Amino acid sequence: MALEIVESCVNCWACVDVCPVQAIYQGSTFFEIDAHKCTECQGDYAHPQCASICPVEGAILLADGQPANPPGSLTGIPPERLAEAMREIQAR
Amino acid sequence: MELNVLDKAGSNSTGSCSSSGGCGGGSKGDQPPLAHLPAHIREKVQNHPCYSEDAHHYFARMHVAVAPACNIQCHYCNRKYDCANESRPGVVSELLTPDQAVKKVKAVAAKIPQMSVLGIAGPGDPLANPKRTFDTFRQLSEQAPDIKLCVSTNGLALPECVDELVKYNIDHVTITINCVDPEIGAKIYPWIYWNNKRIRGVKAAKILIEQQQKGLEMLVARGILVKVNSVLIPGVNDEHLKEVSRIVKEKGAFLHNVMPLIAEPEHGTFYGVMGQRSPTQEELQDLQDACAGDMAMMRHCRQCRADAVGMLGEDRGDEFTLDKVEEMEIDYAAAMVKRAAVHASIKEELEEKVAKKARLAGVSVVTGTTQNAEIARRYRPVLMAVATSGSGVINQHFGHAREFLVYEASPEGVRFIGHRRVDQYCVGNDTCGEKESALAGSIKALKGCEAVLCSKIGFEPWSDLEKAGIQPNGEHAMEPIEEAVMAVYREMIASGQLDEEEALCQANA
Repeated sequence: MALEIVESCVNCWACVDVCPVQAIYQGSTFFEIDAHKCTECQGDYAHPQCASICPVEGAILLADGQPANPPGSLTGIPPERLAEAMREIQAR
Repeated sequence: MELNVLDKAGSNSTGSCSSSGGCGGGSKGDQPPLAHLPAHIREKVQNHPCYSEDAHHYFARMHVAVAPACNIQCHYCNRKYDCANESRPGVVSELLTPDQAVKKVKAVAAKIPQMSVLGIAGPGDPLANPKRTFDTFRQLSEQAPDIKLCVSTNGLALPECVDELVKYNIDHVTITINCVDPEIGAKIYPWIYWNNKRIRGVKAAKILIEQQQKGLEMLVARGILVKVNSVLIPGVNDEHLKEVSRIVKEKGAFLHNVMPLIAEPEHGTFYGVMGQRSPTQEELQDLQDACAGDMAMMRHCRQCRADAVGMLGEDRGDEFTLDKVEEMEIDYAAAMVKRAAVHASIKEELEEKVAKKARLAGVSVVTGTTQNAEIARRYRPVLMAVATSGSGVINQHFGHAREFLVYEASPEGVRFIGHRRVDQYCVGNDTCGEKESALAGSIKALKGCEAVLCSKIGFEPWSDLEKAGIQPNGEHAMEPIEEAVMAVYREMIASGQLDEEEALCQANA
């Protein structure tokens, strides 16, 4: 049972500083979680700390593979609005 | 044609400004912006380019990007921050470790002796990275004691950091305070990370506001100078900022800096994508005037990147990348001697300039009798743009200006209003066919100005500017800015240019 960081990580270090078991390390291009060390913060906190401070939607996956912070949950931008804005920018 | 003063008088009388003291029209040009400060504080800020309008023509600053983590989200920020072509807070190209940062600071200080200030401003929140931030400050206070240290923060972690800040002799702190009302805060901050939880909405904003205010009080109690930054977000906190200004001033902040929201869809921020507009130059200026009162209002802020290097408005970061710094041999002891000499001579020049400015402020357009003062009151203020690369004189070619400084000339004197950045997305060259759009960008940036003073200007921009109602003027090259602006204003009065409008204005009234 462990969380996982994926490539949308922006290397901001926030998770490293708050992990209670030092399971997060600097990988070759983004931060990674040592699955053997990760406890999902059980016994320490009510919520996984990395997922509670991460500013990037989708960058951290829960043990079941679902994003801890799904699209729109952190920025407040509805995903369809974001997609529309991206289309408009590309059409310029 | 713009009749700013008349407009303003009209809107004031409708009563949006109460007697709260947070707003008032009395600050206009009648005293230097920092004159209300006690002497010991003035001494501290006079060499600081970010605090003193005079100093920013002479002294340089730098930021080191050692603080990537953040503990809150703001709707004007996108944490995917790595972009070399953007210049705004929160954006950096190269993250540094504290050791790398210290080396870079010493290299810059040796190469650019005018560099007087080192700030840690991100790209996240410096106090959400206490170890990296304080490690940098500790080393610098030991190895480069001649550099002023400052830090900016959103305030959430400020109360718990105050004791540590005092240790490293950090005497300037900037807190970004966009509101004192949690309902408004909830529209600016979607979440905070607090006590090991992500907290959202009004509850989050309330905690953040309480921490900011507590931090402000603690810093003032310890004699640390506090500047407050606010981002002006039209329709969200614009009116509210007058109250913010009044409260932070009461609590002892010495300077309030109201900055315009930067929001474009391509930045990927909430405000950018959702179509929240930025304020116009006029809205920003009106609010700065309304918040001025007797507290200094900062108008020369350039909203620098978290890794900016050089004079305000310029960025020499490319000269000091990690690889280049690694190769430099720095004799800091020798550099300190040179820096001290350079600073002393700048200080002397600065003092002379400030004294001269004070004398000029007392000079009215038409010198002499009380009857003349009556005449002087008839002339409306005029905005003029200036191209300068520093030292407080008009010394830049129109075509080379990446920004213009805007001054207001009126019968009461000359006052600095702000800067206008020239759109840099399209600088263009002879082959790319976009030269025209660069010029159009400059003209757009000068909206509301009636003259532009520069050292030289080409024929083509000259005629385009004239067509746009902006009079180019290259006759005051190398002259001190305030004197030149006043001279042009006098010429405008003498030529009768302002007379006709006076008549027009009365006819319309």
